[in-house]
Amino acid sequence: MLRYSLKRLFSLMISLAVASLVIFSVVEIAPGDPASYMLGVNAQPDTVAALRAELGLDVSRPERYLSWVAGMLQGDFGTSYTYRTPVAEMVKDRLWVSLPLALYALTLSTLIAFPAGIFAASRRGKTGDVVVMGSTQLGIAIPNFWFAMILVLIFAINLRWFSAGGFVGWENGIWAGLHSLTLPAIALALPQASILARVMRSSLLDILGEDFMRTARAKGLTRKQALWRHGLRNALIPVLTIIGLQFSFLLAGSIIIEQVFYLPGLGRLVFQAISARDLIVVESVVMLLVFAVIVVNFVVDLAYAVVDPRLRTRT
Amino acid sequence: MTFRSVILAASSVLAMSAGLATAKDSATFAMQLEPPHLDPTSAAAQAIDSVVYLNIFEGLTRFMGDGSIAPGLAESWEISDDGTVYTFQLHDGVTFHDGSSMDAEDVKFSLDRARAEDSTNAQKALFAGIESVEVIDPLTVKITLANPNGNFLFNLAWGDAVVVAPESIEDIKTNPIGTGAYTFSEWVQGDRIVLERNPDYWGEQPALAKATFKMISDPTAAFAAMMAEDVDAIANFPAPENLPQFEADPRFQVLYGSSEGETILSTNNKQPPFDDVRVRQAVAHAINREAIIDGAMFGLGTPIGTHFAPHHPAYVDLTGNSAHDPDKAKALLAEAGLPDGFETTLHLPPPSYARRGGEIVAAQLAEVGIKAEIINVEWAQWLETVFRGKNFGLTIVSHTEPMDIGIYARPEYYFQYDNPDFQSLIETLNVTTDPEKRTELLQKAQTIISEDYVNGFLFQLAWPTVANAKLQGLWVNAPTAATDLSAISWTD
Repeated sequence: MLRYSLKRLFSLMISLAVASLVIFSVVEIAPGDPASYMLGVNAQPDTVAALRAELGLDVSRPERYLSWVAGMLQGDFGTSYTYRTPVAEMVKDRLWVSLPLALYALTLSTLIAFPAGIFAASRRGKTGDVVVMGSTQLGIAIPNFWFAMILVLIFAINLRWFSAGGFVGWENGIWAGLHSLTLPAIALALPQASILARVMRSSLLDILGEDFMRTARAKGLTRKQALWRHGLRNALIPVLTIIGLQFSFLLAGSIIIEQVFYLPGLGRLVFQAISARDLIVVESVVMLLVFAVIVVNFVVDLAYAVVDPRLRTRT
Repeated sequence: MTFRSVILAASSVLAMSAGLATAKDSATFAMQLEPPHLDPTSAAAQAIDSVVYLNIFEGLTRFMGDGSIAPGLAESWEISDDGTVYTFQLHDGVTFHDGSSMDAEDVKFSLDRARAEDSTNAQKALFAGIESVEVIDPLTVKITLANPNGNFLFNLAWGDAVVVAPESIEDIKTNPIGTGAYTFSEWVQGDRIVLERNPDYWGEQPALAKATFKMISDPTAAFAAMMAEDVDAIANFPAPENLPQFEADPRFQVLYGSSEGETILSTNNKQPPFDDVRVRQAVAHAINREAIIDGAMFGLGTPIGTHFAPHHPAYVDLTGNSAHDPDKAKALLAEAGLPDGFETTLHLPPPSYARRGGEIVAAQLAEVGIKAEIINVEWAQWLETVFRGKNFGLTIVSHTEPMDIGIYARPEYYFQYDNPDFQSLIETLNVTTDPEKRTELLQKAQTIISEDYVNGFLFQLAWPTVANAKLQGLWVNAPTAATDLSAISWTD
C-alpha cells in the first residue's frame, strides 16, 4: 500500500510540473500584452515600457516561469497585473461564490436525479419511464444559459421572487446568500440532473440483470424490494463517479451561468483575466484548478485501492 | 411555501419601511466593464473614469455634460498674453478624503507625476507641452508651457489630469483618495463598487447619499436587471435592439445621446493597394453607411464623413464626399489597375459595432469586388497585431477620445497616414488660441482627411442610456467617460 501510494504521489508531482509548463507556455504564447492593454491606444511607447517594468514583465520568460513556480511552492500565487491584488486573495473571494454554487447545484441535481432515475428504472418500458426519460432528454438538450434566461424572465421580471442576478454576499446571512444563488443553481442543476438520472436508471437496470438480483427474487422478494435492498447500493458506484466529475465541472465550468447572473465567481474572474491578458491570474487560477483535479484523482486512486486490493500490486 | 412567504413578508415589510422613512437617496448604476483598478491617472480603461471622475477625483478644470469646460478645483485663471503662462487660483478650503488639505503643492505633485520620465499615465501626451509647474503660494499655481496651446484647459479636464494626494499614491489603485463629493466605500471585485457622499465636500452637497456601480457584462443580463428594477440606470446600453421595449414601458426612460466615438473603417495607408488614394476612395464609395447603422446598430448612430463629432460646433458635414456609389467604386478600382478587385483582411474587435458592422461592410465591399477576409480578434490581440504590429488591411474601431483628429498628424499611428500639410496644419492649430481661427483650422483639417479618404468614415457612436423614469439629472451625451453623480436625484 505504501509503495502504491508513493508511486501515485510521484506521478502526481510529475503531472503538476508538466501542467505548470504547459499552462505557462500556452498563456504566454497567446498574442497580447497586459501593459499595452491597460494603457490603451493613446499611450506613448515609453509609458508602456515603464508599466512593463513596474509589472516585472521586462524580465525573460524562463526567469518569470521559475519565479512563478518558486512562488507557488511557497504558497504565493503572484499579484494580478490589472487589479494589483494578490491572486490568492482574489481566488479566495471568488471561491466563496463558486464553491457554494457548485454544491447547491449538485445537491439539487442529486435530489432530482435519484428519485427520477429510480422511478424510471422501476417502471422500465412503461409510461412513467418514457415520460421521465423524455424529460431528461429535453433537460440535456436545452442550453442552460437559455434556461437561465427563462428562469429570470419568469421568477425575476414577472413574479419578482428573486433578483435578476448578482450575489448579495454571505455577510447578509446564509438565507439571503442561498436565495440569490437559487436561480443560477437551478439553471446549472437541470442538465446535470438529467444526465445523472439517466446514469442512475441504466446503472440500476444493469444491476437488475445480475445473478444476485435473480437470487434475491428467487428467495421471495418482490421486484421493488429487491431493487431497494440489493440493487440501489450496487448501482451507486457509477453514479458517484459521475457526481465527482460533475462537481469539478460545476466549479470551473459555470462561467456562462455566472455571466448570465453576473455572479462574481471563479469562471468570470478567469474570463476577465483572459481578455485583459492578466497572465498571472490566468496561469495561477488554471494551475489551482489543475491541482484540485489532480488531488481529487489521487484521492480517488487511493480509494479504489482500498476498495479493490488487486489494484495495489498491479500498478 | 412557508419559507417563501416568510421571505416575501420580510422583504415587503422592509420595502414599506424604507418607503415610509425617507425619500430614496441611493442609486445603482450598471456597468458593462469592471475597472481594472481605481487610479484614473495610470490606465486607459474608461470604466475607471465612469466611477471615479468628478465623483472621487477632480482636476483643475472639468467637463460639463454638454462637453464644455468649466472650472474645477481652480476657481479662476489668468493666461499671459503670449499664451504660455497659466496662473490658476485654487478654491480655498478643499480637503482630500483623508482630511489633509488640497493646495498648490498637490497640484504640482500631480502634474509632475503625470509627466515624469517613469510615469505610467495613459495620456501622457496631454502634458507634453508643460515646461514647469511652480507653486506661488498655497492657493496659486503657475504653469509654463513651451508653446501656446489652445487645448490646454481642455487637456487639464481629462480624468488623467486629476489632482491626487501625494500620501495616497501607494494604495491609490485600491483605495482612491480625492477631493470629490463622494468617497470610496467598498469594492467587491467582480460584483460592485460603492461610493458614499462626502460630508466635508467643499462644493454643494449632492442629493444621492450612496451610489453603487454594479458590473453586468452580459447584455441580456443587463436587460433583465433593468427590467427587474435591480439597477436604476445603465449608460451606453449594450443591446440597442431592446431599447424600444424600454421606451414603451412607463417605468423607464431612454436618453438618446451621442458619444465621442468616431466609428471608422480604419485603413492601412501604407499597405498596397491602400497606398493608392483611388483605392481608398473606392472603398469609401462602396460603403453604405445607412445600411450599417440600421443593420448593426438598429438605427442608432449619426453618419460622419470625416473624423469629427457631429455635435461639435466646428463640425463640417462631409458625408457627400463618400456617398454610396458602387459603380463609381468599380470605376475607381479599374482606374487604379484593379478591375477585378483584390483581397484584404478585416480585423474585428469584440464590440457589436465592429462584429455586426463588419459583416455588413464585408458584404458591401464584395459587391465591388473587394474580398475582405473577416478575422475576429480580442482587444489584446487587436492591440498587438493591428495597433502595434500594423499587420492589417482594414479594421473597424471606434475612436472614443474626445477631439482626437490630431492622430492623423502622427505618421507612425497604426493607419499610417503621412501628410506633411496636415501635420503642419495641426501644429498651427495646437498653438492657436483664438477660437475663430481654431474653428477655421479644424474645419480645414476635417476636409483634408475626408478628401484624402484616409479611412472609411462610418458613424458617430450613439450613447443610449436606460434609466428609471424617476431618476433625473443624468448626462445625455458622453463628452468623456463619467457618471456625474452631483446632479442626479429622485423625483417625488
